[in-house]
Amino acid sequence: MPELHEFLVLGAVLFCLSVAGIFLNRKNLIVLLMCIELMLLSVNLNFIAFSHFNADIAGQVFVFFILTVAAAESAIGLAILVALFRNKNTINVDDLDTLKG
Amino acid sequence: MIKFTFYLFALILIFAASRVITVKNPVHAALFLVLAFFSSAAIWLLLQAEFLAIALVLVYVGAVMVLFLFVVMMLDINFSKLREGFVSHLPVATVVGALILIEMILVVWAWQKEIPELATTAAESLPNTKALGQVLYTDYVYPFEIAAVILLVAMIAAIALTMRKRRQKYQKPEQQVSVRRSERVRLVKMPAESKD
Repeated sequence: MPELHEFLVLGAVLFCLSVAGIFLNRKNLIVLLMCIELMLLSVNLNFIAFSHFNADIAGQVFVFFILTVAAAESAIGLAILVALFRNKNTINVDDLDTLKG
Repeated sequence: MIKFTFYLFALILIFAASRVITVKNPVHAALFLVLAFFSSAAIWLLLQAEFLAIALVLVYVGAVMVLFLFVVMMLDINFSKLREGFVSHLPVATVVGALILIEMILVVWAWQKEIPELATTAAESLPNTKALGQVLYTDYVYPFEIAAVILLVAMIAAIALTMRKRRQKYQKPEQQVSVRRSERVRLVKMPAESKD
């Protein structure tokens, strides 16, 4: 069985990849949403690893709630994206500066 | 054997995640995200979180990623324009990502050197789903209900955001039938005029 720190390092690698992805795809809202999903996945991996190695089921309950909130977040995010595209005909983040003044 | 499986799935996961953030076509990015979710579900299975692994496959691969693909394919977007600045952001992204990674690994490494005694893996007597359900419906019943309300709110919000009120192009028969003569015809009385 792999040790706890191996799971933690895997979660860290995943988190950093998604941080880099947010930097790289700064203009594409869809890929930004995907990167946020990856981040939540890495957090969930940490929770489950700790839950397993501490023999405490509470971590898995937390992952359950995180999954719920993440699903709700991506649904609303995509709905906002669709509404945005209908109104402004773009999903480029640089074009969405109406509030800039 | 478990260690080999873990490393295999971890490599697939990291490969899929790096493809998600670098690939040009968002459809491919969504498909690689499916691969990432799938291999992390396998890793969760190694950690004996069977219920959550299946939930991840069902909810994420089955629902959320289909939603992503649906939106990507529905919107007619010029994706090449959205790739501008990819190369110019590459150094910053690499540096920041590597720094965060090094910091995290340092923390994990130092912590693991200091406190090696954490693993007290007790043999679980209950199956995972049963154990999860037992705490979910007793200790965490209020958070559980709040999660249900959050899902309801998300559903209503998504429908309300994307619903369009269409302009009615067809006649309304109930209004046509119930129309009265007084609403349509106006009798005008005026004196006859002579032609001058």
